[in-house]
Amino acid sequence: MTTPNNSQKQTVTAGNTPHDDIILEARDLCKHFPLRSFFGRSKHVVKAVDGIDLRIRRGETFGLVGESGCGKSTLGRTLIRMYEPTSGSVFFDGQDITNVTGRKLVDIHRRMQIVFQDPYLSLDPHLNVREIVSEPMRVGNKLSAAEIDDKVAEILDRVSLHRDDMYKFAYEFSGGQRQRIGIARALSVNPEFILCDEPISALDVSIQAQVVNMLEDLQEEFGLTYLFVAHDLSMVRHISTRIGVMYLGRLVEVAPADELYENPLHPYSRALLSAVPIPDPHLASMRKRIPLEGELPSPLNVPEGCRFCTRCPQVKDSCKKDSPQLKEVYPGHFLACGSCA
Amino acid sequence: MAETILHVKNLHTTFFSHHKKIEAIRGVDLDVYDGDFLAVVGESGSGKSVTMKSVMGLLPKNAECTADELVFDGKDLLKMSEKERRQMCGGQIAMIFQDPMTSLDPLQTIGFHLREVLKRHRGLRGKEADAEAIRVLAQVGIPSPEQRLNEYPHEFSGGMRQRVLIAMALSCQPKLLIADEPTTALDVTIQAQILELLHRLRDELGMSVVLITHDLGVVANLCNRVAVMYGGLIMEQGEVDDIYYRPQHPYTRALLGAVPNPKGHREGRLVAIPGSAPSLANPPAGCPFSPRCDFAHEACSQAMPEFIAYGGERRARCTLTGAELDAKEAAANAEAGKTSTEVKELA
Repeated sequence: MTTPNNSQKQTVTAGNTPHDDIILEARDLCKHFPLRSFFGRSKHVVKAVDGIDLRIRRGETFGLVGESGCGKSTLGRTLIRMYEPTSGSVFFDGQDITNVTGRKLVDIHRRMQIVFQDPYLSLDPHLNVREIVSEPMRVGNKLSAAEIDDKVAEILDRVSLHRDDMYKFAYEFSGGQRQRIGIARALSVNPEFILCDEPISALDVSIQAQVVNMLEDLQEEFGLTYLFVAHDLSMVRHISTRIGVMYLGRLVEVAPADELYENPLHPYSRALLSAVPIPDPHLASMRKRIPLEGELPSPLNVPEGCRFCTRCPQVKDSCKKDSPQLKEVYPGHFLACGSCA
Repeated sequence: MAETILHVKNLHTTFFSHHKKIEAIRGVDLDVYDGDFLAVVGESGSGKSVTMKSVMGLLPKNAECTADELVFDGKDLLKMSEKERRQMCGGQIAMIFQDPMTSLDPLQTIGFHLREVLKRHRGLRGKEADAEAIRVLAQVGIPSPEQRLNEYPHEFSGGMRQRVLIAMALSCQPKLLIADEPTTALDVTIQAQILELLHRLRDELGMSVVLITHDLGVVANLCNRVAVMYGGLIMEQGEVDDIYYRPQHPYTRALLGAVPNPKGHREGRLVAIPGSAPSLANPPAGCPFSPRCDFAHEACSQAMPEFIAYGGERRARCTLTGAELDAKEAAANAEAGKTSTEVKELA
């Protein structure tokens, strides 16, 4: 799929120097969900992901933030081919996986795994830990019981669970332990890339730190690449190398983590970051919050031009017509804004 | 010191289920003053919500609640009849809950919800009730309240629904508003709006607010006092600056260490608290935090530590004082430093 504006495309990709090892790339990726009426006729389309260009480097943690309904989870799931893209393309390790199906898709999913948000809902209550963790590796593989035992015990050890936990059921574990079972399942096929879809938001503060530390250790040990989707912005800053901010199905800003937090350029990023709670009374009272007016527009009916124009404090007339593209404003710092670039 | 509006002494709440006895609250003393913004912070299962529900009398039938003293605005809640207490709670003490999606009846309009409260607690009906409903909706920042009165909850976003709940609570002109994790289900931008609203309303209406939360970040610039709960007990309480800058209890310190530093990024790892919260079905005899505490020694697991007072109403439930903790920590760091230099020398 070619983008209408080729020169813009060049500026986007220029941020990544040639020797960068890109593990996952999206080009003008779209995922639309048609809403059907009673007779199956398509009435409206929810444009959950609409024209995303993104490159994730091997070994980094790419954080994806935005309010609920902005399409961050959908983007993640389309990237790992859990969802079928509507248009655009996805490249994994240099290979076009946009239309891969069947056996080849199974092979791809062996290399790209997911950790889900809710460890209470994402583990099957009828299966024991051994079955849950070994399920991905048993897909299309014949393994003996002893092989499975060995492998599962090894993985459980990696996530600080005990070998004897293998025959327990999910309900016997606490939230943090369940999330470790979820991580063990993802690790069982030695993936290169893991989509962490809000992996800590259902956990208590003290347990969140345990899981985040574990994810960091595993990344170092196995050279994993993470796409970390979350709405807890302070934790995203802690874990991410680079962060992308999404609004209504589009990336509005991509920058290295510290750069984004210290120098956010997009009016939406600024408003979002100014709302992050700070656990320090003096710092928190010194900070000025930038209020966001109005509500998130319905994704059924996105504004024309820049999608943020209905709530933007710096809106210009041109914003209502032209949809801004991501451009590199500083080295490594990409911005899609018509009024502040 | 300002007048005490709520006084709780030695509150115990126990749940009986499946032949098990769960001691959710094990002796909580708490005072809320006039005009206070008190934050009750704790993890899930620490008893923060149950404490406030016990005060409100909102416990299920399998719960047993006892207290030495439970006084609201000079009136003894323990001596009240069921009916009087119900009139008081919901009227002078109002409570809002975590999930604005499930707290409203999907089959009734917003106006119905508000009129119901106004009729019950203030005896307003008809046009009077409508006018008052519109006034409180405007007060919580809902645009064009006249029209929205006839809309249903599904037509409101999460943040707006939470505002409706706050409006319902305010319509009774409460002296004390208890907010039980009001923003957990909301996005950060909406969370900031709702918290600012609560803060503004406290100033405008001169009420006291108790905010129950698990997030220390949320309350830093809003509250003036903090109580940290763990295992059904208050572990530390004091003024906001004392808790954030000079925490005396190891649990408070651990909680503050487990969240990322607001100033920087990747300045090392997060300090996770090992293990998980104790089961209250069979609570430990000693300090509930001792199995996870870096500073625990033998005495901690044998008997419940008493509060050490640090002046004012500042107190922490630990066998060691904050200064002793500092000394121990410094010693441990020096030890670690020594071993690492030894390793270097050996290498």
